[in-house]
Amino acid sequence: MSGMSAIETRFAVEDLLYAYVACLDNDELEDWPNFFVEECLYQIIPHENVSQDLPISLIYCDSRGMLQDRVTAYRKANYYAPHLYRHVVSGVRIIGEDNGVIEARANYVVLQTHLDPVDYGSTEVYSAGEYRDKVLINDGVAKLKEKIVVVDTSRISSLLATPL
Amino acid sequence: MQTQHNGNGSNGTSFSWPAEGGARVPYQVFYDPDIYAQEQDKLFRGPIWNYVALEAEVAQPGDFKSTFIGDTPVVVTRDKEGGLNAFVNRCAHRGAMVCRELSGNRPTHTCIYHQWSYDLKGNLTGVPFKKGIGGVGGYGEDFDRSKHGLHKLRVAAYRGLIFASFNPDVEPLEDYLSPPMREWLDRLFNRPVQVLGHTRQWVNANWKLYFENVKDPYHASLLHVFHATFGLYRSSQQGGVIMDTHSRHDVLHAKPQAEEDLSTYESGLHSYQKGYQLADPSVLKGRPEFEGLFIQTIFPCLIVQQIANTLAVRQVLPKAPDRFELIFTYFGYEDDDEEMREIRLKQANLVGPAGLISMEDGYAAEIVQQSVTGDRSATSFVEMGGTEVANEQSLITETAIRGFWGYYRDTMGFHAGA
Repeated sequence: MSGMSAIETRFAVEDLLYAYVACLDNDELEDWPNFFVEECLYQIIPHENVSQDLPISLIYCDSRGMLQDRVTAYRKANYYAPHLYRHVVSGVRIIGEDNGVIEARANYVVLQTHLDPVDYGSTEVYSAGEYRDKVLINDGVAKLKEKIVVVDTSRISSLLATPL
Repeated sequence: MQTQHNGNGSNGTSFSWPAEGGARVPYQVFYDPDIYAQEQDKLFRGPIWNYVALEAEVAQPGDFKSTFIGDTPVVVTRDKEGGLNAFVNRCAHRGAMVCRELSGNRPTHTCIYHQWSYDLKGNLTGVPFKKGIGGVGGYGEDFDRSKHGLHKLRVAAYRGLIFASFNPDVEPLEDYLSPPMREWLDRLFNRPVQVLGHTRQWVNANWKLYFENVKDPYHASLLHVFHATFGLYRSSQQGGVIMDTHSRHDVLHAKPQAEEDLSTYESGLHSYQKGYQLADPSVLKGRPEFEGLFIQTIFPCLIVQQIANTLAVRQVLPKAPDRFELIFTYFGYEDDDEEMREIRLKQANLVGPAGLISMEDGYAAEIVQQSVTGDRSATSFVEMGGTEVANEQSLITETAIRGFWGYYRDTMGFHAGA
């Protein structure tokens, strides 16, 4: 964080977020773990559980290795309907900084377009929710220390294979 | 008494079950709206027990949970005396939904439309303007509040699992569950559980396709490739299928094997891929708790699972002929320590809508639904392991699926064809 102005910090956090969703939307999942530091937390948790103070997540990874395993499983193990994602993210709110860790919030919407023969080309709102991020900036490079995705859309349409 | 039904599908088209019994399933049962409506009457509102909640979800007096039996909305409550109740979530006045929240705690339930209010047992306790105003309007002298309560259901609990039935003459719950099924419930629900959370899936397929899936050990290593990809699963592992005498419930169980037998894969199983390793195997780190795994189905809407240290019940809620909701309720035990709780939270990556070894199940149901709709003459072929319905010491079998369909056909009153 040293030497960055508030506006530089904001740009760094925003650029990280935009690059992150572009990575997912452009099917460059092999790069996805690189948005995180090695010791990280990535969690997708239904709002239903957050509101009841219950801990179960849809996805819960506490290392970059677990993110890499998700990608390997996505490419080599899991079956799911072919689809496209388009993330739409809101403006970013920087809500705090603690010891060089910047805390940021943003809303997201993911539109899913089906590429299977039955629903080919049709688009639905797949997920809406909030990103609760903790970002580290080292030498001008921003990385995620933590990304908690609180999904309002707790009723998952079919399945959740591609990360949010 | 089972009443025989001619099994007419919609538009009056005659429908009879193939002579092969549970080894053939007419695809019509997956999309016909008339059959769907009959299921609501004969199965879900019929003489059977439907799982509705865990006792841990309605632990305190006043606690309630909104859920469904089939597609009928119901509420489960814990009353002041500690008793369990269930009633249809439909005002006795003009049919409005009384309880409009998923869960919570309330001393009474009041319909917002005309403020009719009910106690936790479903008795009508308050009617505004019952005598009218100034002697004008209101109900007559013969209006009897006790005759206008919510539609109460029979309720019983077994080992912390709450079931309800629309039929007052349904057999005792313990008998319905059957001794061989209770053995597995006794093993899992051996002490108080603590709910860890829920996940939900909306699947565009008929609810019975999901039951076929969870009664099918044949697909486990073929559709769910995660274990095979990372060299972790052995489809040759020991296990088997246990059913009750009606073959309406079942347990699939498997034990881990000491030695990996790669020959099975190398002899032609396409799902096995060499060369991948987990970068962080901590997702599979567990504690010895139960031997192996089991997946149990209790007809018609409950699945109980113990996969490593992930414990869950899954509730299947039909919403339309081609749509159901699948709700996982994950739990541990009240006496779990912090590390055990963390193990359960991390292993939950394996199951549910994003489960590394389970995300495909709803999708498998959907791709069947997409292909079978409309052709009244087509049937499936369910003969893996033969045509019999019997307990088996093998995982390469469809016996529990055949058992399910035999019971379904008889309960629905569908005639066997020639």
